[in-house]
Amino acid sequence: MIRFDDVSLTYAGASGPALAGVTFTIEEGDLAVVVGRTGTGKSTLLGAINGHVPHFTGGVMAGEVTVAGRSTRTHRPRDLADVVGWVGQDPLAGFVTDTVEDEIAYGMEQLGTAPAAMRKRVEETLDLMGIADLRARPLADLSGGQQQRVAIAAVLAAQPRVVVLDEPTSALDPTAAQDVLSAITTLVHEVGLTVVLAEHRLERVLHQADTLVWLPSGRRDAIVGPPAEILLDCDVRPPLAQLATALGWHAVPASVRDARRRAQRERITVTAPTDAPISRGPVRARVSDLRVAYGSTVAVNSVSLDLHGGEVTCLMGRNGAGKSSLLWAMQGATASTGGVEIDGTDPRPLSAARARALVSLVPQTAADLLYLPSVGAELAQADRESSRPTGTTATLLSRLGADLPVDADPRDLSEGQRLGLVLAIQLAAGPGVLALDEPTRGLDYAMKDRLAQILADLAAQGRSIVVSTHDVEFAAAATQRTIVMADGDVIADGPTREVCTSSPVFAPQAAKVFAPTPVLVASELFTVAP
Amino acid sequence: MHPWAWWAWALGVAAAVSMTTNPLLLALIALGLIAVILLRRTDAPWARSVAAYFVLAGVIIGIRLFFQVLLGGSVGGTVILTLPEIRLPAWAAGIRLGGAVTAEGLAWAVYDALRLSVMLLCLGAANSLANPRQALRSVPAALYEASVAVVIALSVAPQLVESTQRVRRARRLRGGTSSGLGTVTAVVIPVLADAIDRSLRLAAGMEARGFGRSRTGQGTSAALTAMLAAAALAATVGVFLLLGAPEFTAAGAGMLLAGILGTVLGLRRSGRALGVTRYRPQPWTGRDTLLAVCGATAAAAPALATASGRPALFDAFNPSVNPLVWPTLHGVMIPVVAMVLAPLAVTSPPGASSRRVS
Repeated sequence: MIRFDDVSLTYAGASGPALAGVTFTIEEGDLAVVVGRTGTGKSTLLGAINGHVPHFTGGVMAGEVTVAGRSTRTHRPRDLADVVGWVGQDPLAGFVTDTVEDEIAYGMEQLGTAPAAMRKRVEETLDLMGIADLRARPLADLSGGQQQRVAIAAVLAAQPRVVVLDEPTSALDPTAAQDVLSAITTLVHEVGLTVVLAEHRLERVLHQADTLVWLPSGRRDAIVGPPAEILLDCDVRPPLAQLATALGWHAVPASVRDARRRAQRERITVTAPTDAPISRGPVRARVSDLRVAYGSTVAVNSVSLDLHGGEVTCLMGRNGAGKSSLLWAMQGATASTGGVEIDGTDPRPLSAARARALVSLVPQTAADLLYLPSVGAELAQADRESSRPTGTTATLLSRLGADLPVDADPRDLSEGQRLGLVLAIQLAAGPGVLALDEPTRGLDYAMKDRLAQILADLAAQGRSIVVSTHDVEFAAAATQRTIVMADGDVIADGPTREVCTSSPVFAPQAAKVFAPTPVLVASELFTVAP
Repeated sequence: MHPWAWWAWALGVAAAVSMTTNPLLLALIALGLIAVILLRRTDAPWARSVAAYFVLAGVIIGIRLFFQVLLGGSVGGTVILTLPEIRLPAWAAGIRLGGAVTAEGLAWAVYDALRLSVMLLCLGAANSLANPRQALRSVPAALYEASVAVVIALSVAPQLVESTQRVRRARRLRGGTSSGLGTVTAVVIPVLADAIDRSLRLAAGMEARGFGRSRTGQGTSAALTAMLAAAALAATVGVFLLLGAPEFTAAGAGMLLAGILGTVLGLRRSGRALGVTRYRPQPWTGRDTLLAVCGATAAAAPALATASGRPALFDAFNPSVNPLVWPTLHGVMIPVVAMVLAPLAVTSPPGASSRRVS
């Protein structure tokens, strides 16, 4: 269905090729997952399938990509629109119309589908994706998961034979991600659709994948094969691969079920790991009866919490549960009622500069904080803003392990590098409490491990760290305490091991394999495995 | 209801309004418009714009009166009050500041401003009753690209507002102490970068979904473009002759008609080259025709009355201000007001008609 024949691609002005000598074939009806570290060319590879690369992005391509017999050399993306459907990372940015129904019809209008057929297909697609009740709603009012499902429906209505998705679940909570992914797998199995998708959180799709396309870092080609084989030496290590390594297995189990069966068959028993009692520092942030409301919508509903120094706390919950609002209100940048005390002081009436010396927040779109043309200028500006000696922020940045070229444009950095830069800028103020809103978006496993290490170091210096995240694996590996929010209320608060192993939704894969023994991450098995 | 039917009705009423200065009739039409707006508008975002038109209408009357009092010449003899007059130098001899304020002058200013305000209210009614996106969906296929551009602009504006708010809020996180130019770049650069990213992603999305695929290949021929331009030119000259040169009325009408015909044919022709189909186009029903006819009737009544050459009728629509007489209503005005109120009978309330239930 999709054939890459010795494809190489070099972007204009780049020092080296983004892809080199990529050759593989994806059969019709396969669900192929593209894996690789950040910056190995996953998006380039996906874009090449419908000709977006290089027709739209520019660059020099050698070799040939053929989809359903049509070469992207001679066909532009618009000429492939009836064969390849393409769903981007941020569905809202790709919407052309304003209501669900019109958006689904848009692609068919472009293809010149007869009105009667169009009417019928819109209805079928609405039912297929389970969004019939949203048909007349404005797109901007939908939740992230709903938007993503509408984006997929809009592409499917044109009846393509291949659907390409670039990180379809990166912004979604575990349940919404599961919804979207199960809709996709249904299409593969029921309609025979060929799906190619990239996903950082591999554990979400691995059990459904037929083929893995691995882009090894350092090389520029692709290695293609069945998941169990590829994962053995892949540099992207999902939790089950880490588990297989820890237990000395020579094949990576495809799903939690397989891993659990094998563990039972081999009579692997693990003893419950005991956490060393955390040396809880003094209370650094105290929130009492905090309430945030936007008009008539209550985002945070009288929440009371204490955050201790030396502790990394994780905030979980659905999209729209009030996690971000709580963090913003704690910083004082969002209006709230009730009590907030950071080291005994309320940050809300303080000037912005003094408030951020008490509590700093790294927002979800970290790029919003960057506005200067180079990394060096941002670092110097951060020194001035925090009244620190010149070079403080640069030192912090290199201590975070991110040595960035000072003349690079912050907008050209990768997600991980940009996060590092913003983290350094925010740490320059010397806050006692650090809040991070969804920091793991776009980070690969190795970068998440690095972030977990950085957060642990910062906490060890006596800071209190709070992270809101949808990523249960990251929460399990990096945090000691977990707070779950729903509808503006705190519904669970306790040690991560307890909260994350008590329900399957928030449980990491290792916990599911060894339930009821509360194992959080595979690395714990090194000490307890027989 | 079809959005263009609302526009036809509103423009017809506006044309009727432009032909009268009778304040009683204008007030009746304004009340009729308000009744129709309040009873027939939905709670959609565009329907909330009507308040702005009321404010603008009030402002127009206020400004007109202010300048009449300040600069108004001495029309008529009924002096209400006398302001101190400022003598201007000889080169500004035609302008008088202050001086006597006459009842005749004030009445004329109020009549005139009222006419403009009510015409504005007609536009406000059309804007709040017709769905702008629906209206754009039913433009001729040849104008398809232009309508897409407008639709995108409509959705980008709120996104820009949202992204500005987000960035401004984020400023506090970074201290946000820089002032002047620094603050501007700190907000503008992330917002612009965001907007550019977004439009690139939108363009990529549209391309991937086949936008413009049936457009290229043959394209619009140069001859067709020339014909469209000639037709538009003919229509413009026709309007000019009709309004500006009474001796060429017949030629003007002919040119206007030929121009319109040429434009319609040209748009049809170039629209056929586009292989785009429409999803659930709003059908033009009998009720829509009825609504448009109501607008035309409203405009026809004062036009016929004026053209009839009977001074009594002309005076009824244009009451004299010098000498100042109390304006009166005339039986011929009944159809005008009736046509303004006609949508209440022709259309159904928003709850039933605005939702597209199949």
